[in-house]
Amino acid sequence: MFGPLITKPGTSKNNKTGSWRAESKPKFLQKNCIACKMCALICPEGCIEGLEKNTYNCDYAFCKGCGSCAVICPKQDIEMVKEDKE
Amino acid sequence: MENKSLFKPGHTACAGCGQAIAARLVIDAAGSNTIVVNNTGCLEVFSTKYPESSWNVPWIHSLFENAAAVASGVESALIYLGKKEGINVIAQAGDGGTADIGIQALSGMWERGHDILSICYDNEAYENTGIQRSGLTPYGTNTTTSPPGKESIGNMRFKKPMPEIANAHGIPYVATASVAFFQDIQRKVKKAISIKGPKYLQIHVPCPLGWRHEPQLTSGVAKLAVETGLYPLIEYENGKLLAVRKIQPKPVEEYLKIQGRFKHLLNNPEAIRKIQEIADNNIEKYDLKIQS
Amino acid sequence: MREFLEGSQAVAKAVRLCKPGVISAYPITPQTHIVEELAQMVADGELNSQFVNVESEHSAASVVLGAVAAGVRAFTATSSQGLLYMAEVIFNIAGLRLPLVLTCANRAISAPINIWNDLQDSLSLRDSGWIQLYAENIQEAADLHLMAYRLGEDKSVMLPVMVCMDGYILTHGLEPVDIPEQEKVDKFLPPYKPLYKLDPNQPLTMGILADPDYYLETRFAVQETLNDVLKLIPKISEEFKSQFGRDYKDGLIEEYCTKGAQKVIVAMGSVCGTIKDTIDGLRAKEKKVGLLRIISYRPFPYAKVYEALKDVPQVAVLDKALSLGAYAPLVSEIKAAFFGKKKSPKVISSFVAGLGGRDITPESIKEILRRLTQREVNSEFIDLKPELLREEYGK
Repeated sequence: MFGPLITKPGTSKNNKTGSWRAESKPKFLQKNCIACKMCALICPEGCIEGLEKNTYNCDYAFCKGCGSCAVICPKQDIEMVKEDKE
Repeated sequence: MENKSLFKPGHTACAGCGQAIAARLVIDAAGSNTIVVNNTGCLEVFSTKYPESSWNVPWIHSLFENAAAVASGVESALIYLGKKEGINVIAQAGDGGTADIGIQALSGMWERGHDILSICYDNEAYENTGIQRSGLTPYGTNTTTSPPGKESIGNMRFKKPMPEIANAHGIPYVATASVAFFQDIQRKVKKAISIKGPKYLQIHVPCPLGWRHEPQLTSGVAKLAVETGLYPLIEYENGKLLAVRKIQPKPVEEYLKIQGRFKHLLNNPEAIRKIQEIADNNIEKYDLKIQS
Repeated sequence: MREFLEGSQAVAKAVRLCKPGVISAYPITPQTHIVEELAQMVADGELNSQFVNVESEHSAASVVLGAVAAGVRAFTATSSQGLLYMAEVIFNIAGLRLPLVLTCANRAISAPINIWNDLQDSLSLRDSGWIQLYAENIQEAADLHLMAYRLGEDKSVMLPVMVCMDGYILTHGLEPVDIPEQEKVDKFLPPYKPLYKLDPNQPLTMGILADPDYYLETRFAVQETLNDVLKLIPKISEEFKSQFGRDYKDGLIEEYCTKGAQKVIVAMGSVCGTIKDTIDGLRAKEKKVGLLRIISYRPFPYAKVYEALKDVPQVAVLDKALSLGAYAPLVSEIKAAFFGKKKSPKVISSFVAGLGGRDITPESIKEILRRLTQREVNSEFIDLKPELLREEYGK
């Protein structure tokens, strides 16, 4: 007989940490983005993705609103805006 | 767009966690042909709470101090199976699990020469259990077991020199890195796993909760640690200093004043002088200053 | 092949037949000869195994944990302080449901330091979820290793097994031993097929954090599994007999002259050899005495013990260990087997002997039988030297 023992890979995606956001969330302006990837690299959740310039965005299901991406963007192309949840 | 990282979101790290950033950078640099052995600590706790796991690579957690020994067993098993070639084995831990309780297993693994990359996520305290002082807690830090008070300025001891200890074991690659410089972390991980034998990589990872700074400043705080000379970024190969990150040194006060864990030192010029001395010694020892 | 071997040599040869891929151990008397033999076999190319010389027992257990987690059969051996040092890892291995075989060369526990035999070390870890089997002689010690791998690696079990053999008495004693042939062992013990392993082709996460919503079931699962092991051990013992010819009956207990006995001694380990000799002598004088030998201490065979002793009027349990401050480990289980039952011995008396390697002689056994009367006694120490005791320190 076996109880809880092994976890399947990548199952953390079932936990939508986006619900953690309280005050602000990042808005990806996608105007001056140079696709330097700094935002994707710094996100502690790893939920920012993009390919070419002005295509970067985050998965709000996981974004905790820490604001690191907005701080690191060399072109100030990410703005922290008010979280619009109830 | 499908997230291609090997460290999936949905983990329960604090917002702005430096270790979460570094852990993802490390495993993405190492690639999917990697087996990870993790000590008890923040990373293990926030990424593998049943029934969820963030890890898209084979991963095992045993105890607080034995990742290096368990990894030695994994590596030996792979050698026995004839499968070691092309599979990376990483043993990772926090600063406590590396320099304090984990140092015996680590020293044994280094001495035996296993082909394992040992990584220390250095957030300079036992953050997972509530910010207690460790052997890698810097001088003057406010932690719950080294609080400042009438009789004390906080932690009275200095960081255990783990890179030097690693070098003393004669292992082929020793380096420090910082979450302020992402590509540097990835380059060093890739460099390390290309070398056969034991490797040690110590990554400075600020903890917004324990260091008391805003979550979005994680990278900025880490950068100042490097730029003041308090956290030299160095790279050794076979005991010889290969490269350092040169800096235009900033005064340590710039680093101290943005973190709540050093707030109590700001009106203590003697303590700040001592910390500046640590930085200056690093700058001299590793020749960190950019020559104009 | 029948050879005259030191206990450690016999165990090493048995382990070699099981083909472990990783061996890791730390020196501690009186286990060390076992791993020294294995080291020589590896060095001579007679055993294909990664031999990892570690810096402590905690790491030895961790290395074999990692090896089994990576899908490779592994082996380690230890005693006394070493076993206690790795105690944390011992619990961990069982909780991770990793099969492993560990030889415990039973030795007394510090303080004071004592390198001679008793059962305190392995019995102090009886709560860990490991299967614990106790050998009476060197042949059995060797045989139990083969059965242990077969048992632990069974898909319905996936638990580690501790083969316990008395330090010095069995590890350093010499006996004629039959070492089986490799082909026969291969038929009895197939290669390890893990249910789960660390493999980049099939990533998974081992060593979870289980919060209050998930932890309880993990322990229930191990408890249920150990209950099932009570039914599996007899099957494996039967398989062993048909493959190798030696009959360990149900592999859980051994009844020696218990039929019609008025007095039965219950014991574990090599002392049972002495007890059997003493019983032979007494039976020749028409004394109705017998021995119940416990082989499997974990899982404990309560039902078998009940059946074996329910009609015996007086039972003496000989413990070679203590649970300081309470009933000794073996007598606690024996008494538990009878509480609330319709039939029971009238007297179950508890005797402690042999701690720290103090010799248990036929005289000691006869003394136990003398003290086994209608009046039940508790934790009576045999061969105690009162001249070494002081009520007050320094007087």
